[in-house]
Amino acid sequence: MPMLSKVSLALSAAAFALSLGSAQAQDKIRIGTEGAYPPFNALTADGQLVGFDIDIARALCEEMKAECEFVTQDWDGIIPALQASRFDAIIASMSITDERKQQVDFTDPYYTNSLVFVAPKDSDLMPDNAGDKAIGVQEGTIAAIFAEENYPNADVKAYPSQLEAWADLQNGRVDSVLADFGVQYDWLETDGKECCEFKGDVVSSDDKIAIAIRKGDTALAEKFNTALAAIRANGKYAEVNAKYFPFDIFGE
Amino acid sequence: MSTASRLDVIKPPEPSRAWTKQRIVGYFLVSLWGLAALGLIIFLVRAWNPELFSRYAPSYFSGLIITIQLVGLSLLLGALLSLPIAYARDATSKWAAWPSYMYVYFFRGTPLLAQTFLIYYGVGSFKSPLEALGLWWFFRDAWYCALLAFTLNTAAYQAEILRGAVKSVPSGQWEGADSLGLPRLLTFRKIVLPQALIVALRPYGNEIILMIKGSAIVAIITVYDLMGETRRAYSRTFDFQTYLWAAIIYLAIVETLRNLIEWIERRITRHLKR
Repeated sequence: MPMLSKVSLALSAAAFALSLGSAQAQDKIRIGTEGAYPPFNALTADGQLVGFDIDIARALCEEMKAECEFVTQDWDGIIPALQASRFDAIIASMSITDERKQQVDFTDPYYTNSLVFVAPKDSDLMPDNAGDKAIGVQEGTIAAIFAEENYPNADVKAYPSQLEAWADLQNGRVDSVLADFGVQYDWLETDGKECCEFKGDVVSSDDKIAIAIRKGDTALAEKFNTALAAIRANGKYAEVNAKYFPFDIFGE
Repeated sequence: MSTASRLDVIKPPEPSRAWTKQRIVGYFLVSLWGLAALGLIIFLVRAWNPELFSRYAPSYFSGLIITIQLVGLSLLLGALLSLPIAYARDATSKWAAWPSYMYVYFFRGTPLLAQTFLIYYGVGSFKSPLEALGLWWFFRDAWYCALLAFTLNTAAYQAEILRGAVKSVPSGQWEGADSLGLPRLLTFRKIVLPQALIVALRPYGNEIILMIKGSAIVAIITVYDLMGETRRAYSRTFDFQTYLWAAIIYLAIVETLRNLIEWIERRITRHLKR
């Protein structure tokens, strides 16, 4: 082969690889999640991400025929990391709130959440007397804001992750933990089975959980919304739901 | 000496200050810093939000008080604890020297964060034995756990500072006092310690500054110190100037301390000035 054609072959191969690469880059969606919020998103002992959020995210990516990559990020830095383009979407059980809406856009909700108290079995704690004691919450969650606004006299202790709040409930440093129904339910089924139980009814409900994306990234939001409607219709969502919860989590 | 005679002194001419490469680079780097500082000030002025300020300034202030209390008290208790440790470290008895050596080795060799976690979550998980001992009230409270961790940590550092400073005083001072028939404790208090403190002042200052900055980790064991309040404000507003303000407050504390330490040093070394 003459030299010239060798060069042109190499060039065209490079161009092909580049175009392929850019096409892949376009379809690759990086998804930020916390990895410390079982059963929604958690890391297994060998570092695998598992959970409801993760399965939903995988189902959505499959539906969108997109390649997805997960990135774990501490909760208190998850919105800045999205804004700094460390990833393109947050699928981490994030509630839609007005404060967050000023920073990010949300897709359609993918489940409905409520807040509930959990306390040791021998405690006579109820939602109406929880305010006299120490309440454990995760910093930066709607539970933290709810506890501070509704229980002004309570000693609200905010932890970096949900796991630490439960650890201190078991240690007896807080008298109750206020958190999302889904995580509390799962904890009472597993690690918290021996010690604790739900106390009273849910204290706030109809809180919508959605995927957060950078402001103005409407194309991605549309893709997620279409895919969400599709997995709702084809039974994939129900399958994931049944894997984690014996009740319907979507709400409405 | 009168002022007139001082005027008669013939001085060598001032060396001419050429624009060397180093000088140009120096001016350039300083002006870069100046621009960065200016940019920061402009950013803060533009991002100034009176609503944010009125909402979070009181909590920043209470956080600052917590930080100062925690660091101040642990430094004081650590100083007291460092005395026997420093003394035992050079004791002739192995039974005194070894535990003291191990103590310093452990607390200087592991991160303060790990020590705080060990005390808060580690010791904290032994609730019933602690209750039986009547100590649970102490370990239940995150503030006490932080105080204990910080005290133990700073005691190790302060013991080493103190030991090094005392050792730096020449042995002739001890011998001289001995020959005058002074008791050892008096020698230590009146002769050795004042000289050692001059050596120890700067390292002590560094230790205080390190503790103030290191204390920011208590925010993750639910103590609302300056950093804890900052994290809370940030989690509500997502406005990163909350962290910038915290940095400015920490910087102001450190700068104040630095000047204070310099003033003390000038004062206690004035007999050395010529």
